[in-house]
Amino acid sequence: MATMAEDGLVIAGRRFGGRLLLGSAGYPNQQVLLDAVQAADPAMVTVAVRRISLAGYAESLVDVLAGRVLLPNTAGCTTVRDAVLTAELGREALGTDWVKLELIGDNETLYPDVEQLLRATEELVGKGFTVLPYCTDDPVVCRKLADAGAAAVMPLGAPIGTGLGVVNPYMIERICVTSAVPVILDAGIGTASDAARAMELGCAGVLLNTAVARARDPVRMAAAMAAAVHAGRDAHLAGRIPVRTQAEPSSPQLGLLGS
Amino acid sequence: MKATIRVNGKDEDVPAGGLAALLAAHGVRQTRGCAVAINGAVVPASAWPTQTVAPGDDIEILRIVGGG
Repeated sequence: MATMAEDGLVIAGRRFGGRLLLGSAGYPNQQVLLDAVQAADPAMVTVAVRRISLAGYAESLVDVLAGRVLLPNTAGCTTVRDAVLTAELGREALGTDWVKLELIGDNETLYPDVEQLLRATEELVGKGFTVLPYCTDDPVVCRKLADAGAAAVMPLGAPIGTGLGVVNPYMIERICVTSAVPVILDAGIGTASDAARAMELGCAGVLLNTAVARARDPVRMAAAMAAAVHAGRDAHLAGRIPVRTQAEPSSPQLGLLGS
Repeated sequence: MKATIRVNGKDEDVPAGGLAALLAAHGVRQTRGCAVAINGAVVPASAWPTQTVAPGDDIEILRIVGGG
C-alpha cells in the first residue's frame, strides 16, 4: 500500500513532500504567516516581486521563510514583457528558475489572458525556466500550455479571492484526466472542503492563499487545508462509489428478525 | 535641464557612486530577496558593486514580498 510519502507531488522531476501550495500575502502579521506555514507544511510558498519602498523595507520575507521552497509569481502582470522581466527578477532575487506565471487579462475577474500566457510560457521555457502557469479551467488551453513546455498547469477553481470553490468540477476533472503534466488547482478555494473536492477530482495539488490568510484563525485553517488536501488525495486514490438516485441498504437483507 | 534617472517610476538625481550608492540610499543591504533591472535588463547581484548609472537610465529595484 502506498504511503503518503511515496505518493508525493512530482513536478519537472522534482519530488515534494506535500501537495498543498500556500500563498504568503494578506496575513494579519508576519508571525501569523509563519505559524500558518508551519501548520500547513506546504510543498511551496508563493511570493511576489515588487518595487521596494523605503518605508516598507523591514525584515526580509526571504529570511523569515528560510528553509521553505519559495515560488516567485508574476502576479499583476498584464503584458508578456512585464511577466518575463518579473520572472527574471524573481529568478535573480531567489536563485530559482521556477515561476508561477500569471498574466492578467481583465481587472474585474482577474482572468488570465491565455493568448499572452501561451507566448510568455514559450518564451520563459526557452530561457530555461520551469513554468507553472495560472490558467483558465479550459482543457484546450491546458493542453497547449503543456505542449509549450509548462511543467504543470494551474487552472482556476474560481476567480482569485472569491472563495467560491471549484465552480466547474466537470471541467477540472476532464483536465486532470487528459493533462500530460500535473494539474494544480489555483485560486477560488474558500474552505477545506473545496480543497478536498479539488483533490478528489484528480488534481495533483492545490494552491491557495486568501482562504487561509483571511480566515478568522489562519493557523487553524492552514492545518485544515493540509488535512483536506491529504484526505482528498486519499479519497481520489481509494475511488469513490458511484452516485445513486435510489437508496440501497448497507446492512444484509437476509436473516432479518421476523422475516 | 538637469540630468536625472528614473527609479521605480520616479525621477532622481544621478548617484555619484553608481548602482551601489543608489541601492544603499534605498536601504538595500543584501542581495538575496532583491533584484535590479536597468532599462529592462536584469543586473546580476555580482555586478552591483561595479555597475554604473547614466542619466536617462530607467532603474527598477525590487524585492520579494508576500504573494499568492
